[in-house]
Formats: sequence, structure tokens, C-alpha cells
Amino acid sequence: MKNIPFLIVGIFFGIVLTKSEVISWFRIHEMFRFESIHMYGVIGTAVALGVIIIGIMKRYRTLDFSPTPLSVRRHLISGSIFGLGWALAGSCPGPMYTLLGSGYWIFLLIILSAIAGTYTYGLLRDKLPH
Amino acid sequence: MELVVGNQGFLEFISQPWHWAVGGAAIALVLFLLNWMGHSFGVSSTFRTVCAMAGAGKKIPFFNMDVKADAWRTTFVIGILLGGLIAGNFLRSPEAVQISQSTVDYLSTLGIAYPASDAKGLGYVPTDLFNFGNVKGVLMAIVGGFLVGFGARYAGGCTSGHAITGLSHLQLPSLLTVIGFFIGGILMTWFIFPFLMRL
Repeated sequence: MKNIPFLIVGIFFGIVLTKSEVISWFRIHEMFRFESIHMYGVIGTAVALGVIIIGIMKRYRTLDFSPTPLSVRRHLISGSIFGLGWALAGSCPGPMYTLLGSGYWIFLLIILSAIAGTYTYGLLRDKLPH
Repeated sequence: MELVVGNQGFLEFISQPWHWAVGGAAIALVLFLLNWMGHSFGVSSTFRTVCAMAGAGKKIPFFNMDVKADAWRTTFVIGILLGGLIAGNFLRSPEAVQISQSTVDYLSTLGIAYPASDAKGLGYVPTDLFNFGNVKGVLMAIVGGFLVGFGARYAGGCTSGHAITGLSHLQLPSLLTVIGFFIGGILMTWFIFPFLMRL
């Protein structure tokens, strides 16, 4: 019951991802082809406001945030792997859940694959460069 | 365009596609609300939670985690699903997503008609390709999802965790990760995807 506020914020986020068209496979393709400002506008606005919001909040309280240790190799490799999938599936995790909710059932398969990918990472974790 | 004109007017008003600045500001509001409620904003960790719930922690220490402590995030994600259900059914835009003409023209050379290829007419997903009857599409869905899940956990976060939260915290690792997102995304969009479509 104490988690109900998170449910409400989640519902809001799902609506936001839909109405701002972030869930569109075509928008992601368009972004990586640099043919529209749309996605850059969405992410850019969110980050610009986010820097201000986090900057102010940090002054008043300790935020729940665990920084990732700096490793150029790990970040570029892992980021690229994620980017390959983001462009192919045309969606990142938030939109995957949103699209499944919208009734695009193929996203059930995509989410299960993402869970399998996560499991595989856990399995290979010690062998990967970090 | 009037902001407050009763219930019907409000529904119509928010059912229009939102300007990117409105979408971006709304995402920043989500970032604020989650932090205000004492948690950080991130979606992909839920894939790890599902593995842990399924008992993967018995064999792999990485999944040996406190699932209950993550219940807020699981609830958040159920909300995202419901948000998609509500927006996709009750707040439908009158028209499909307005994709730039150059992208539309380019995709047609790969055999993806826009927006006709979305069976729901919303311009969200090329369902001609991504449906259970299309072997190529099913394989792409499996591989795409796998790479997202693997990459996100290896990176320690996805778009929400690194691009929004990490960059808002001015984290260099997050900036490098986002650069990686674009390296992979550009490789896929410009070279691998067109190659696969022409096979």
C-alpha cells in the first residue's frame, strides 16, 4: 500500500512516454538518422531541467544515487551493446513496458528477451571487462 | 486552444501529441517525484529483479538481492504498463506520429511503409515487421530485447538511469555510456538494420 504513490508516478510516466512519442520505433530510427529534433528535444529538456532539479535537491537532502565507477572501456562497450538493441527494437526499457500495456504483444517477447539478456550478463559478469 | 473547458475538453487537450518540450519537462517531473519520494529514477533494474524473483540468486550471486527493497520500483513499472494501457486506449492522438518525411522516404526504400505498417494506426511500431508471424521480425525482437537487457545491466543503467538520472547528476560515466548508446544506435540504424532488411 505504501507503494501506491509509485504506481501513480508510473502511470503518469507511461502516459508521458506515449504522448511525447518516445515509445515510437520510428522516432528512435529518426533520432539515430538525425532527421528530427524531436527526441533530442525531449531528452535535452529532461536533462537540462534534471540538472537544475538534482542540483537544488542535493542541497537539502541526500539523494538515493550510487555512482558507477569510471571505466571508459566498460561504458563505451556496454553503452554500444545497449544502443544496438535500442535501435533494433526501437525501444528502451520504459517504452517496452508502455508498449506492452498499449497492447503491442510482441513486446512481451522483447521484455522476456531483455530479462534473458540481463540473466546472461549476471552469468558472464566476472569474465567481462569492468 | 483552451486549457480548461471541462472534462471532455481536457481529455481532448491532452490527447494531442505533446510538444517535445512538454514531454521533456514531464520526464523531469518524474525524476523529481521519484527523488522526492526517496528513490532514484531507473527502469532496467526491474529485469534484474525478475531474475531474482525467479530464483536466479541461488546460482548467481549477482541476483542475490533484496527483492522486497525494490518493490517500489516493481510497482512503478506496473504503473508504466497501466499508463501505456490508458494512453494507448483512451488518450489516443487523432493522427499517427508525425515522423520527418526524410525518415519516411528512407524507410520505404527498406520496405517499411509509414504509418501503414502499424496495424493500430498509431505510428508506434512497424507491426508488418514486428509480429509473431514474421520470422525476421521475431528474431529482431529477440535479439534487440536481449541486447537492451544485457547492455543496460552491463552499463549499470538504461536511458532513464544514465541519460536522464546520471547526466542530471553530472556523471562522466553516464556521459560515456550515452556516447556508447549512440555508437551502437548509429551502427544499427545506418549499417546493420538496412543490411538485415535487404537480406
